[in-house]
Amino acid sequence: MSATTPRLSLSSPRRLGVAGLTNGILLFIALCFILPMAWLILASFDTKATLAAGWPGRFSFENFRVVLTPDVSLVPLLNSLVLAGASAIVTVIVAVLAAYPLSRYNLRIGKPFMYAILFGTGLPITAMMVPVYQLFVRLNLLDSVGGTIFFMAATQLPMAVWMTKNFMDDVPVNLEEAAWIDGASSMKTLTRVVVPLMRPGIAVVFVFVFVEAWGNFFIPFVLLLSPDRLPAAVSIFNFFGQHGAVAYGQLAAFSLIYSVPVVTLYVLVQRFIGGGFSLGGALKG
Amino acid sequence: MASTTTEQVRSTPAPAAPNRRKRHPTRFTPLVPAIILLALFMLGPIVWSFYGSFTNSALTGSAALHPEFIGLDNYVKLFSSSVFPKSLLLTLVFVIGSAVVGQTVLGLLLAILMRGANSIVRGVVGTIVVAAWVLPEIVSAFVGYAYFSGHGTLNAILSWLHVPTVDWLFSAPMLAVILANTWRGTAFSMMLYSAALTNVPTDVLEAATVDGAGEWRKLFSVTLPMIRRTITTTLMLITLQTLSIFTLIYVMTAGGPGFDSSTLPILAYQQAFKFSNLGYGTAIATILLIVGAAFSVIYLRVLKPKVN
Repeated sequence: MSATTPRLSLSSPRRLGVAGLTNGILLFIALCFILPMAWLILASFDTKATLAAGWPGRFSFENFRVVLTPDVSLVPLLNSLVLAGASAIVTVIVAVLAAYPLSRYNLRIGKPFMYAILFGTGLPITAMMVPVYQLFVRLNLLDSVGGTIFFMAATQLPMAVWMTKNFMDDVPVNLEEAAWIDGASSMKTLTRVVVPLMRPGIAVVFVFVFVEAWGNFFIPFVLLLSPDRLPAAVSIFNFFGQHGAVAYGQLAAFSLIYSVPVVTLYVLVQRFIGGGFSLGGALKG
Repeated sequence: MASTTTEQVRSTPAPAAPNRRKRHPTRFTPLVPAIILLALFMLGPIVWSFYGSFTNSALTGSAALHPEFIGLDNYVKLFSSSVFPKSLLLTLVFVIGSAVVGQTVLGLLLAILMRGANSIVRGVVGTIVVAAWVLPEIVSAFVGYAYFSGHGTLNAILSWLHVPTVDWLFSAPMLAVILANTWRGTAFSMMLYSAALTNVPTDVLEAATVDGAGEWRKLFSVTLPMIRRTITTTLMLITLQTLSIFTLIYVMTAGGPGFDSSTLPILAYQQAFKFSNLGYGTAIATILLIVGAAFSVIYLRVLKPKVN
């Protein structure tokens, strides 16, 4: 429906009424959506913030100054970066490797594997945290950053393999044939020909896993114990528990700082790829 | 999140590699790291979950060191307790309330309304709704907590309107978490439905107009049937996501008051780590896994994805 079709011309009074009503309902829904968020923004600039959103008596960056210390937010944010970055790297490497034979050969296990992968994307990871805890105790991996990284990578792997395979299917195979004739190994064609051609797809998968891992609270909450290893998602929760009753402004400030990287990544990917980035995989389905 | 939600499922014939490589045994090798990771950290915990639910494993005490096999005891205890059936019901209420009714209906409504709105309104509404979705889960949980708490924004607005207020997190915890999850998740279904609506051919709608169909008639007889498949797959996806939500509820209500908002993921956590009954908590987790697996299978059946 484009605005040029006569049906949608706003000249008729009835149309105008419908359009007005539509816009009105939409703005009302938007108001309902922005009210909860208003607290996050307003409280972060208010040293006397309460739980209700209210205009700060005096705009101040005091909350940010208090929160931006190594103990409160910098070390946890660095931990988040390590957890999310490393899981994204592990996931992308493993997914690209796995996608190659799935995309290029008619493997007998290819079909069952893809079905298992798709089934895995539907499993409630939350339900696995109790058994995973027990497994980590047995393997002596509790409170290990490495163990947590590999578990996070594994939870994102089904989705990542699915997306990567779809992106790889779009790379024409005849580009590899020349390299094959020259005697290049399949690993060489993968790294020299296929990967460079699917860079945007790999970027989408990387950002997707990074954002998921950055925002994950439950996995590090259960698997990590030492305060100096906790990512921001968990330390923010502990911070809230200890100071929450008095320091709502600081909580809001910390929450905002912690949200900035994922919001930025979302906007960037949106700009480069276009459309909701999680839909990048969806639309390829 | 989203994996396979298009009207038409792409069919990609696997390009054939040169014949001489076809039978080469090393062609499996790149799959090995993925298989190891998945076997160790996905299949492992699932198998462990089934086994652990038959033991009296505990966090502390002698059962922590030497868990004993106790057969179906955990499951018998589970089904005869008053907490578990209630938790099952709460999970159902949460999924139907926030995923099926909340996100699906609101998401569809937004997607449809946005098509008739002017571009500025569309941009503003889209940005605000998506912003709620982009925020990390723990931040939206804090936002939900602040909004619904006794001294929160909602009550401030209500008392300004001279409407009596209650402590929502205490008096109506399920309503609060359902609304918070609808707030957080609607953008996702809205975007999927918007994408589907752009694929509805305009000439079909125009033909319906020529035949004298009104707006409602066109919506229910043309548009909705044409995006039926997207609605089904989106519904399945959101249901699976909602089933496993932990952080939002845990931060907003911690499952309370009492067990009044303890959905299955919360209950499994409480039993295992708060009350130290790992075996019992594992049994709850196992049931949740089975429910999730069942949904996942239905999802595969409904979707019939073309694998290859």
